[in-house]
Amino acid sequence: MVTATARDVREVAAQVTDPEMPMLTLADLGVLRSVDTADDGTVVVTITPTYSGCPAVEEMRADLRRRLHHAGHERVDVRVSFSPPWTTDFISDAGRRKLADAGVAPPGHIGPRVAGPVPLNLEPPARVVACPQCGSRDTEVVSRFGPTACTALRRCRACAEPFEHVKEI
Amino acid sequence: MGADDATTATTQPTQRSDEVDDHDATNAYQALAETLHGDEDRWAFGAGFDAGFDAGTAEIDAPAPEGVDRDDLATYCLMLADDALVASQRLGEWATNAPELEEEVALANIALDLLGQARVLLARAGHLGAAQRFRTASLAAALPDEDVLAYFRDERGFRNVVLAEADLGDFGRTMAWVLVFSSWRLALMTRLVGSRDQVVAAVAEKAVKELAYQREYAAQWVVRLGDGTEYSHERMQAGLDGVWPFVEELFIAHPLEMRLVEAGVAVDPAELRGELDAVLDQVLPPAQLARPEKAAVGLVARRGGRDGVHTEALGPVLAVMQSLARGHPEATW
Repeated sequence: MVTATARDVREVAAQVTDPEMPMLTLADLGVLRSVDTADDGTVVVTITPTYSGCPAVEEMRADLRRRLHHAGHERVDVRVSFSPPWTTDFISDAGRRKLADAGVAPPGHIGPRVAGPVPLNLEPPARVVACPQCGSRDTEVVSRFGPTACTALRRCRACAEPFEHVKEI
Repeated sequence: MGADDATTATTQPTQRSDEVDDHDATNAYQALAETLHGDEDRWAFGAGFDAGFDAGTAEIDAPAPEGVDRDDLATYCLMLADDALVASQRLGEWATNAPELEEEVALANIALDLLGQARVLLARAGHLGAAQRFRTASLAAALPDEDVLAYFRDERGFRNVVLAEADLGDFGRTMAWVLVFSSWRLALMTRLVGSRDQVVAAVAEKAVKELAYQREYAAQWVVRLGDGTEYSHERMQAGLDGVWPFVEELFIAHPLEMRLVEAGVAVDPAELRGELDAVLDQVLPPAQLARPEKAAVGLVARRGGRDGVHTEALGPVLAVMQSLARGHPEATW
């Protein structure tokens, strides 16, 4: 059995990757909220789901437990916390670069949500999303919902390539 | 993996042995094999055994806020959960049946968001005692409350509004349904962000963003179909007309809701009508659609789904959702 420092524990947890977007670690994605060691030695990891129904949460919990067990931590408790809610603004700059490198358009920054009723937009969002393949800003939405809860499908009008976009939320 | 990440670029801890590195997260087959050969069996149907939210969610464990009746709060969580659970099951019917793959993915994604909201609220209701009376001796003790409530509760125990169980009909009617349901639930969740119950507030905070996106998707389809061809217009108007009789119930307050409004936990549904009206005032003119005038259905002496009084539509929905789990309650994979 090894003696782990608090930093080591955090590093092990931070390297676990997202099951659906494995180019990102849970830390890149901003879902890794905290890693603490309780008095009895239990490692307590807190994560937050991207969407309420994100099916990857169970896999994240299992992956975190497995990786921390491998690193010598016998007792691991992975907690899920919903508040404050995840936003794409939690994705780190490194995470945004990795997404772009993998051909996935990263989300734009949206800032904090304004309280009160949410206005309804009848026009498609005016947001400019650059093509991760050729860099053209002339892209269009193909489908507002993509293969994972956090992505939409777009297509580049310049190079005609389809691509995924992590939609701002 | 992660080597170029600022948060992990520091010296690797030496005790991470090689066995960790043989795990390739990009290899789906390896991940699958590890899942199948893991040491924990998973229940075949829902969240399953210790995977449920009640086993690992920070907020679920909190007691009811001071001065709030525990049973009332549990039932209110069931109401909010059942709206989402039953709606999610209905939307799931579109899988393999939608006109285009993109719309199928969209409807399944909306269903998934709602299912996620439902799961947390069911777990909360369970924590407050709502699952106990459905836990028969034949059920595995490790089955989480959310699964007990979803699979082993009968029709009369469901507290969803009747709109959630209504037949979705064709794609036009489904879009009218999503528009009405998401607008109403968005208005509700926007207000519940301030609930004194921290789980309800946390679910609401996440749900607001999801519902706003769903509403936008449906609103754009309603305009596109309503203002499309003569035939698409006709089908869209018929869809809206078909959904309309279920709208009235959305604004009727149950006595339990009013007690919880007093306690700072719930929202008076009568407050929500203005917001749905405003959405329809914005969407119907460009869609060239007329606001229906149709009498409410599904209510018996103003009692409806909130009292467990349902239409004949709920039974088949629950049969599809529950029968396999009931037939094979011990199945694992």
